[in-house]
This record gives sequence, structure tokens and C-alpha cells, in this order.
Amino acid sequence: MKPAPFSFVRPQGLQHALEALAADPGAKVLAGGQSLVPLLSMRLAAPSTLVDINALPDLDHVRVDDSGVRVGALARQADVLGSDDVRRVQPLLSLALSQVAHATIRNRGTVVGSLVHADAAAELPMVLTLLGGSVSVASATGTRTIPAAELYAGPLESTLHHDEIAVEALFPGLGPGEGVAFEEVSRRHGDYALCGVAAVVRVEGAHVAEARVGYMSVADVPTVVDLTTALVEEVAQRPSRRARNQGELSDQAVSAAAELALQHLDPADDLHASSAYRAQLVRVLTAHALRAAHDDAVVRGGAPG
Amino acid sequence: MSTRLFGESVQRVEDQRFLRGEGRYVDDVLVGTTGRDMLHAAVLRSPHAHARIVDIDVSGVLDLDGVHLVWTHDDLDGPMAEPLPLLIPHPSLTHGRTQYALAKDEVNYVGEAIAFVVADDRYVAEDAVGRIRVQYEFLPPVVGIAAARAAEHLVHDDVPGNVGARLEQENGDARAAIAAAPHTLSLDLTVERSASTPLEGRGTVARWDPDIGRLTVWTSTQTSTGVRAALAAKLGLDLGRVDVVTPDVGGGFGVKINHPWPEELLVPAAARLLGRVVKFTEDRREHFISSAHERGQVHHVEVGFDDEGRVLGLNVEFWHDHGAYTPYGLITPIVTSTQLLGPYKPGAYRVVFESLYTNTVMVTPYRGAGRPQGCFVMERTMDAIAAALGKDRTEVRAVNFIQPDEFPYDQGLIFQDGRELEYDSGDYPASLQRLKDLVGWDDFPKLREEMAREGRTVGIGLACYVEGTGVGPYEGAHVHIETSGKVKVATGLTTQGQGHATVFAQVVADVLGVPFEDVDVVTGDTRRMPYAVGTFASRSAVMSGSAVHLAALRAREKVLRIAADALEASEEDLEIVDGVVSVKGAPGSGASIDLRTVAVLSNPLRYAFDEASQAATQFSVGDPGKPPVAEDDEPGLEGRDFYSPQRSTYASGMHAVIVETDPETAEIKILKYAVVHDCGRLINPMIVEGQIQGGVAQGVGGALYERMAYDESGQLLNASFMDFLMPYVTEVPERIDIDHLETPSPLNPLGVKGAGEAGVIPSAAVFASAIEDAEGPSHPGLVITAMPISPSELFHLRQVHTEESR
Amino acid sequence: MSEELYDVRLTVNGVAHDVRVPARRLLSDALRHDLGLTGTHVGCEHGVCGACTVLVDGRPARSCLMFAVSAVDSSITTVEGLTRDDGTLGPVQQAFAECHGLQCGFCTPGFLTTITAGLADHPSPTEDDAREMVAGNLCRCTGYTNIVKSVLRAAALRDGRRTPSPGTEESET
Repeated sequence: MKPAPFSFVRPQGLQHALEALAADPGAKVLAGGQSLVPLLSMRLAAPSTLVDINALPDLDHVRVDDSGVRVGALARQADVLGSDDVRRVQPLLSLALSQVAHATIRNRGTVVGSLVHADAAAELPMVLTLLGGSVSVASATGTRTIPAAELYAGPLESTLHHDEIAVEALFPGLGPGEGVAFEEVSRRHGDYALCGVAAVVRVEGAHVAEARVGYMSVADVPTVVDLTTALVEEVAQRPSRRARNQGELSDQAVSAAAELALQHLDPADDLHASSAYRAQLVRVLTAHALRAAHDDAVVRGGAPG
Repeated sequence: MSTRLFGESVQRVEDQRFLRGEGRYVDDVLVGTTGRDMLHAAVLRSPHAHARIVDIDVSGVLDLDGVHLVWTHDDLDGPMAEPLPLLIPHPSLTHGRTQYALAKDEVNYVGEAIAFVVADDRYVAEDAVGRIRVQYEFLPPVVGIAAARAAEHLVHDDVPGNVGARLEQENGDARAAIAAAPHTLSLDLTVERSASTPLEGRGTVARWDPDIGRLTVWTSTQTSTGVRAALAAKLGLDLGRVDVVTPDVGGGFGVKINHPWPEELLVPAAARLLGRVVKFTEDRREHFISSAHERGQVHHVEVGFDDEGRVLGLNVEFWHDHGAYTPYGLITPIVTSTQLLGPYKPGAYRVVFESLYTNTVMVTPYRGAGRPQGCFVMERTMDAIAAALGKDRTEVRAVNFIQPDEFPYDQGLIFQDGRELEYDSGDYPASLQRLKDLVGWDDFPKLREEMAREGRTVGIGLACYVEGTGVGPYEGAHVHIETSGKVKVATGLTTQGQGHATVFAQVVADVLGVPFEDVDVVTGDTRRMPYAVGTFASRSAVMSGSAVHLAALRAREKVLRIAADALEASEEDLEIVDGVVSVKGAPGSGASIDLRTVAVLSNPLRYAFDEASQAATQFSVGDPGKPPVAEDDEPGLEGRDFYSPQRSTYASGMHAVIVETDPETAEIKILKYAVVHDCGRLINPMIVEGQIQGGVAQGVGGALYERMAYDESGQLLNASFMDFLMPYVTEVPERIDIDHLETPSPLNPLGVKGAGEAGVIPSAAVFASAIEDAEGPSHPGLVITAMPISPSELFHLRQVHTEESR
Repeated sequence: MSEELYDVRLTVNGVAHDVRVPARRLLSDALRHDLGLTGTHVGCEHGVCGACTVLVDGRPARSCLMFAVSAVDSSITTVEGLTRDDGTLGPVQQAFAECHGLQCGFCTPGFLTTITAGLADHPSPTEDDAREMVAGNLCRCTGYTNIVKSVLRAAALRDGRRTPSPGTEESET
């Protein structure tokens, strides 16, 4: 389990890195390496050149501003997870990060690297998609911003061009009335989830105004389903104003939401779980995540009226 | 008096080097100056489970810069070109087959070695392997026990029905007893494949010294002497020209007892040919697909019992998947067939097994070696009887126990060592009582109710086992008291982390009356002790522990004889305390001699080297009328002895677990784990408990997480630590409550029984029992018949059960 | 055709080493075979087992998931660097000896480095913290019971002696 030979550059400036990448169609970017290096050692990937971007200046930032959390290409997952600003501005990112592999991996692994690795079983691509974030990329010829909805083309396939380097990701912050939750079931602590679910629920007064849920490991690409209708209809049908104001989602509502979600998902069989079991996890975790996100929204917004 | 060390939790001496990063594992050997001249090997392994090799094209491989050698079977000759040895033949193994060091004409599992490359480093060696082109003609693969039994296709053309062996044993007339019994049940029970999976894989380093025509081989093995003998035979060398040294070993758990692995022969052969040091270090993927697996068995049970649950007749048939080859004979299925009986005495017992070929990695013993399967079968049967009679599961077990006054108890069968299956000692009713107390068996219904009120589902299970440990034929030890007063001990079996250097030093320090720190133990080095068998079957403490004890006694006899002569005292009046021999009850009275001086006196030299030699001049020993070394004596203060027992000694134990199963996700959580363990007298309780804790964790892996997932084409789908789910700390019980019962073995001088494997034996059984119990209230009648079990599988069971009960 | 070699300066346990390696040389191999620091062990080479964990600028990292050529700007601590200058065991090592936190010793270096950094961040761990600290490392021998004990014991030893080991000093900077 040793990598095949490759050439190596460790540029000190972004322009140099972009030129090196453009110069070799077989070149690949090395950031944290926590996903890439195992593939190299198993010789499942054999790039002719590795462009090590770890020495590039000014790319390790974790910043919060009005639009949300901005994470530079060299910011390690541990740094983002450890940021109180991030937790405040977009708690879902922190919740998801705490489920990414193990602490030692997060020390090297980068947030942006995970996003462009485009694994549908990974937490961060799904969270970026759910939050409607984006990735800024640069090439020798210019820069562009790819919205999350356009970032994922297929399993382990992003829409970045070969000569582009992702330099920053934007995770929009928590909006007014919003609450979030993240739930996953994995075989061992730190493994890829058999099914992972993140929810963003927005309440207006006692009403659920919006409920969007993201799924990992139950479709080929990170998938987000809008479940607002299932919850809104249900709330309207509650027998009394009092029940509507109790601030809890009913069993019927969350199970209707889960069934709606399943129509958009394609849970598959693999070594660790049957498709039927994954569908069950979609049901269970959707319910848990919706309830938790709803509670979170209520707590953040004060008790419902 | 010195404090007695036997029974003390002495800190381990080997830890000092391990903790500093100064352990020497096989991949560390000769790193440094020699390391720069070292060459590295890699192996081309079959990507196909079953194929004929039409052509191998190695042209272009030697063109690669840094490649020194490439071998296929065509390049081997003499004994090296013949199949690897069948280590343990058995009359019932009528169709034993072993692989070649490099495949000849046919491959029979994904991972089988086809070509061998030596290069400047492992990176280049892997590049070179990638350049070899093999043309295959595909043959239909046989994967799994069902396919092997169906025998639509054959693994080996000349093995009809894929049956390597069929063995039957019977004590009484089991079928008649079942027919006459008031109640009967039949069960079909399955255990899947798993593997030892030590953190360090296999590895071998070899150096040929042309000046003296001598081969030194370092290998990560559980038997140095076995590898040495195999090497001498295969390479055509005199045994005396081959030294095998087992360095520190990063875990074995059984897989390293099989030998010689292809690389253990190819690396030394290449080192001799090239005149360079050659190293092979197996990587993780190779370990999954080319080192042995175990556990895969399917069982059918017929049992007849009375109203009390007493087993009147037990008839077990099972099918053992031994993979593509049978280098280790029938040890594993024989162990299942005999140890299945556990602490029980059925009225009559019949067992028959078939050992079957499949196009998968070969099977050799893995910690427990067939016992986990046997225990699973017997304990599932006990649970089924209890369920059928509506009795408490512990009551059914209790009525079947062999009683303390019935030892020695002959089960009327032949064990894996070819000796009678005769239990030497034990107290099973006492163990059960302690287990019930430890886990809170009688209070459990209350806990279940409380948890149910919170919407939580819990269950309790137990499992009992008896383990034949310390199998023969023998082990030996050599004890040498040097003129420095230090004691050098050598025993031939190897060490994979069990703390042998500590426990054997405890034994020797007690016998010789020397400080523990002065005893230095070497294991697994054929230069120091060429007669040995190996480390397996929980035999080290029993076999080498006893041998070390006996050898130390020999040395002590000589110490006392010489000291008595020097001090003009009688041997019976002498004692050794802190390395000084003196007259009992008269310490400090002046009539004393230290061991250094005795060591000098034992060896009448012409020359004096040190203070001890000077000191020795004041004593006069020996008969001036005789030669300096008497006819019946020899120079040096040494003792050497061997321990060879009549038969194995039988340890036992019982585990109980409380689990919680999630009603929605079917996730399984361990709430409490309790162990009662009886391995006779404990030399070092800290080390024994460590063995149990580790065994339990490994058992949790086997019961809930680990399996070898082959597809129908014979590809191992989970050959990585990503997908072969070895437990992390987060998957094992937070605490394991352990209680020891000590019924000494009457068979060895220390009264000890083996402890190494025990922790892993009852896992599948105890978890099946507890999970089934947890599911009972919500899914009455749901039975668990196959292990391991994952949440996905438990969910499936619930679904199927719900549909069936509609 | 010979593979291109790169001149690399690796700073390990406070000592600079100059080596010439191909780009693909894994840091784990460079430490072990080029520098002779064989205390770092290789258990899986795909980043799961944790045996090869070293401290990179004070933080635990898998040395099998880094290339030596990428480690030029970092200060690396291996298990060899945890022993005190006077040759005595550091607190984590000492705790493992006292608590029987190791058996075959193969995974141990990865645990020792991980815990050394972990205690620098969390000097007074609870039992749950201790478990979390070692949750990314595999051990096949011990069942982890005594490793968790060792973490707690190491915290106590570290407290009592007030003399941090070399590894912890680094991770506190």
C-alpha cells in the first residue's frame, strides 16, 4: 500500500499553484490529504503531479460576517469546530463537524477539501447544500462562485474544473426564526453514517414556516428535501388553537414528512445496512431531526405565542 | 524472606521499551545503517478467486530501476517448488491440500501469492508487481458453505463434494436417547467468518552470512522453532545453519501460528541468492486477503431433554468452511466438536462434521479456535430448552452441570491433542452463583420493568464455557545464573504481548530467591532454546511457566549443592534470599555466599575476571581427589528442564451481559458486562485481567461488528479497517466486572490453567442470548440463530418476525 | 529512469534531519526508515488505526496520511520525544506502565502521542473525556479499559508533577 510515483510542487503563492495545476492535466490538489492519501496508497488514484497547497498564504481563515461563515481552503476542520463564532452564526456547521471522522483526522482535514471531495456519505457537502452555501474557486484565468446546488454532479464528482482550486466556502448563517439539528446513525463512532439527517426549521410564531432537511448516505449526491408542506398542513389540521400553540410536532406530521422525503431518496443496500433499514433510519432520524430543529427554533426565538 | 511474587500484579518489564518507542518489531529489525542496504519484497496476489494461470509475463519488470529479483513458480525448484507442508495431518483429513509458495497453474482464492519481487524499497517493489501481466482462464468460484455443500462446482478437481474431511465422535447412543426423550428440539445455527486481525501484520527479515554459511531469520510468528524446521527443510539447509528469532510481535491471536507462510520461505531464499538483507512487511490489505480467517460454520442440532431441562441426548452436525487449503489440519472443527460440551454432561452425545473447501482465504485457528462456535451452539441450545420449558435460563444450565465432586470428568471423546477429553478440575455451580450475583441476575426483572416504563428495551443473557488449555506436547526452559548474579532465562515459545518476560521472571525469582529485576527472560529465539512448540491454545503460562519453574528448580539444586559444599553445611539447612545463600534462621551470621560467587565456583576456570572470581577464592569446593568437573557434573550454574503433561488442563468461565436495543433503530448498546473466570492459580492478576478485558472487546467485535463479507465471485468486499469494523473504545463495554474463582490444576507444578483466549469464547452466545431476551416482550418468539448481528439485521429479524406472526 | 528525489528537512523531536526522498515517501516511512525512529508504527496505511499518530505542531496527525515532502514546515513529535531528557518516562508513558495500558505495544505509540496532546487541551478529563480522547485509535489487545484508566492516571501524574513532557510543551505554544 504505497502510492505510485508522482511529481510534487509546493507553491508559495496561489497563482503559482494554479499554473502548476493547469500545466499538468494529471495534476491533483493536496490539502489536508485525509481522503486523498488513502486513495493514493491503495493506488485507486495515481495523479502525475500533486500540487500541495498547504504553504499558500492567507487561506486558513475562519471568518464570520453578515452573510455567514467563510472558511478558507486551508482551515482545518478542528479549527472550524473549535470556533465559538461559527457555533453562534451557524450552529449546524459545528454540529455536523463534530460527527466528521475522529479528532485526529479533523486536525489535518480541511472543510473545503471535504466539500470538493463530494462524498454523498460525508457530512459537510450535505450541510453546505442544505444551507444553500457556495464555494469560491480560482483558476489561472479567473474566479467564480459555485452555488452548492450546482456543486455536485455525481458520486465523488464535483463540478470543479480540473484547473480550479476551491479557495473558500460560504456557509450562510442561521436566519431569524430558524432552528437546526443534526442526527446520524453510524456503525462505529466516527464511521461514515449509514444515514445522516440535518434539518433547518423556521418558525413564525407558532407556525412552521419552512422545513428543509438534508440527507447523506441515502442518495448518490447530497440531497435536500423541502418538507414544509407536510408540516404546515399538519399544523393547520390540529384540532384547537391550543394544540397548535403547544410547540410540538405531532407523530403524524413527522412521519408524513419522512414519507415525503423518502420519495426523493434512494437508499441502497451495502455491506453495513439494507435499503429497508436505511429507509427506516430516514423515518426515525427525520422525525428526530425535525423535532429537534423545531425545538431549537422555538428556544432561539423565545416560547411560541 | 523475599516477598513471594507469584500472585502479585507486578508491573511489566517489557513496557519500558515499548513505551519509549524502543520495541523491536519485525519491520524495525536492522533499520539503521544496515537498513540502507536492505531490500524490500512485494507479492503479486491473485485478483480472482478461482482461475487457471495460462501465462505469466514478467518481461519488463527487471528493466525497472531498483528491481533485483522477480520469481514465479517456474523459478522455484526442489522442495521450494512443492506444496507447503500440511502441518497437522489427521486420518480423517482424507483430502488435505496446501498451496504452493507461489501459485502453480491454478489460484484458489483472491490473495493467493503468484509472483515475488525484490527491489530497493517497497514502493518500487509495488511498481514492479504492477508490471507483471497474468493471463487467467476463469473457473467457477465456490463461496460459502451452502455452495460448497451443493458442490455444483469443485474447488479442487480431485476433491469430490468439496469435502476435505469428515469426522464423527459419539459417546453413548445420542440418536436413541433423543428418540426416547420427553421433549425434543432442533436448531440451525450459523457463525460467520472473522479474523484475528492483529495491529501488526505478518513480516519476515532474512540475512544470509556467506562467511559462515548461516541464515538468520526474524519473523513475526507464534512459533520460531516451527519456522526454523520448515526453512531448513525447504531451503535444504542443515538445521544448525538456520536461526530464527521472533522479535517483538504486534499481536497474533492465532493467525501467526500457521507457518511457513510463502514469504517466510521466499524472503530467506532471496536473501541467500542476492547476498543482501531482504524484508517483507505485509500491508493491511494483504493481511485481509492472504492471512488466515476463521469462525465460519453452519450447525444443525437435535436435542432431547427431560422436564427439568436435563439433556438426555445431543446430536450435532456441522459444516466447517476451511477455505481453499488446509495447512493447519482439522484443529478448529475438532475443537468445536469437543469443546461444545462446555461444563455440561449430556446423557449421550454424537457429533459429526464436514470440513469443506471454498475459494476463499484459508482458515486456521483464531483466538478461541472453534470454541466460540461450539459455545454458541451449546448455549443457544440451553436457551432454547429454557424457552421451551418456560424455565429460567440459569436453572436449565445448573441441572446439566458436571458437579465439583465428579472431577476428573471424562467426556468420552478425543480432544484436539489426540488425548482424552478429561476435565481436571472446576466448580461450575459456584461460578454460576458468582456470575448471578455479579450481574444482578435475580434483580433483572425489576430493571426491565423500570426501563420499560421509560420506553427502553433491555435484555440479559449468559453463556458458559470450558476451555482445554495448555496442550502439549512440551515446552522447555533454560535458566543460567551468571557470575554477575543476574539470571538469564530462555524459553522457546514466542510472545505477542502476553507479558511472558514478566510472569516467567516472577516464577524464577520465587524459586531462586533473587530480586525480580535480576531476572531477564528471552522468548522465541532458537539460538537460546532450540526445543519449543509455540504460543497457541492458551498454553504459555501452563507449558513454559511450568518448564521455567522446573528449570529454575534444577538451577536451585545446583546452587544449594555447591553452596552447601562451600559453607560446609547441609543443603536442607540453606535458603536463598535476595541472591544470597545462607543457613536458615541465621541470617547475617556470616555463613553465607552470594549467587555470583556460587556461579564462579560452578565453573572451575583457569582465569579470574571479576570481583566475584576474587571472592570465590576464599571458598573451597569439590573433592580434591576427583577431576575439577566431576563425572556426573558439568560446568556452569544452569538448569534446563522440560514440561510435558499427560493432557490439557481445563479452564472455565461464564459471562453475562445486559444490553439495550433501540426500538426504532435496532441499535444495540451494552449496559453491563460481567465475567467469572477460573484459570486456576493466577501468576499475575493484572495480566490475567488484561487478557480478559481484551478478549471481551474482541468478542464484542465478533458478535456485533466484524465479519468477512465475500461476494459470490469470491471478492472480499471489506478488506480495510474502514469496512471491517474492529471496535474502538466507543464500541466496547465501559466497564467489565470480573470475579475470579481459583480451582488449581492438579496437572502442573504451578496449579495454573490457560487464560489467553477465554475472554472471546462466549461472546456470540452471550450477546445472542441477551438480544433475544431484550426483543422478547415486543417480538415474542423472535430467535437469534446467526451471529454476528448488526442493527440492520436485527431490524430485518423484527420485520420478518412481525410478518410471520400476522 | 530514476525517480526524482527531493531534499527535505524534517524537524523531529527538536532535531533537524536532512533527507533525500521521493515525493511519494509517506511521512511514516520517512520517520521509520530514513530517520530510524521506529517507535512510530504502521498498522493500516489508510488512516484508520491510529498507530502511526505523531504530533504535527503539537496536534495529533496520522503520519501515514502525510508525505515527508509536505512536512517541511512542521515540527514533529514522535513517541521517542515523549521520554524526558533525563531518560525517565513522561506522565502518559508512566501512566500506561502503571495501569497495564498496553499489551503487544504496537498501537501504543499512537495512543501516547494522542493523549499527550489531548491532556494539553483537557488537563482534567472526566472518564467520558478520556474515552473521547482515544476514540480514534484502534487497539486489538487491551479492550481499552486500561487505556482509559491510563488517561486519567496520566492527568493526575501531570498535575502532581507540574513538569509537562516535551510533547505537551509544544502543543501549548
